[in-house]
Amino acid sequence: MARMKFLVDAERCIECNGCVTACKNENEVPWGVNRRRVVTINDGVVGAEKSISVACMHCSDAPCMAVCPVDCFYKTEDGVVLHDKDLCIGCGYCFYACPFGAPQFPQAGAFGLRGKMDKCTFCAGGPEADRSEAEFKKYGRNRLAEGKLPACAEMCSTKALLGGDGDVIADIYRERVVRRGKGSEVWGWGTAYGPGKAGAQPPAGGKS
Amino acid sequence: MRRAALGAVVFAAFFLAGCGEEQQVTVYKQGKYQGKPDTQSWTNDPPGNQLRGSTWTKGDRGSWESAINQRAMGQHEDRRIYQQ
Repeated sequence: MARMKFLVDAERCIECNGCVTACKNENEVPWGVNRRRVVTINDGVVGAEKSISVACMHCSDAPCMAVCPVDCFYKTEDGVVLHDKDLCIGCGYCFYACPFGAPQFPQAGAFGLRGKMDKCTFCAGGPEADRSEAEFKKYGRNRLAEGKLPACAEMCSTKALLGGDGDVIADIYRERVVRRGKGSEVWGWGTAYGPGKAGAQPPAGGKS
Repeated sequence: MRRAALGAVVFAAFFLAGCGEEQQVTVYKQGKYQGKPDTQSWTNDPPGNQLRGSTWTKGDRGSWESAINQRAMGQHEDRRIYQQ
């Protein structure tokens, strides 16, 4: 069973913001809302500067789903966290709960009035008819229903941002790390050691 | 007497009006998704050549997943370019 995930390779990200632009363009995201953004640490420090592209990580146990007072979130069978904008009341609880700052709120009127929440959909649309105009207007393009992957990952020029089934992209990343010999600092047994050993005990003192 | 009866009717109508009102808000069940149902990606027809998407058998989740996974392997430039 596929479980859709993003994986960002900090060794490769060059802070070009191509993913941000691809997302804005593909989903026609309104002004003031960024479903994806690039975060850089140690900016300007030679050898220590690292960038990663951040959006909704489609958590397996999503805190936004847990705190939503109107229960407008749901998870698709392929592990994508989506929400119903017709139910959202724009309270902002999900924004405070999310460790990645993924939920975004458009300014819906004067005096800083907050609109309904908008976030990365893994290019999977929302609860409207697939590939319909209503779905595009509310949630953006449904690329998964076209047999495609998210625009940000497919557009990434250095392939720092990988998107797709967690097992597949972990395999790609692992082969890459083995070949170059560094940059394996990604958490998770499956990502580090591959599938088939999920039940095995990690080495003592290692990250789980 | 008639005035008192009329008063009682108006009083009753005024104070009992709320009893006939139906609840107009969604009844939330904690922890359950309350929104509209969504369809699954593999239940759609493949878009064909026009949108340059993948091809799968409509309704077959396995074929959709293998099409998506094959597309995901396109992100493995080392295999795509050097190990063909």
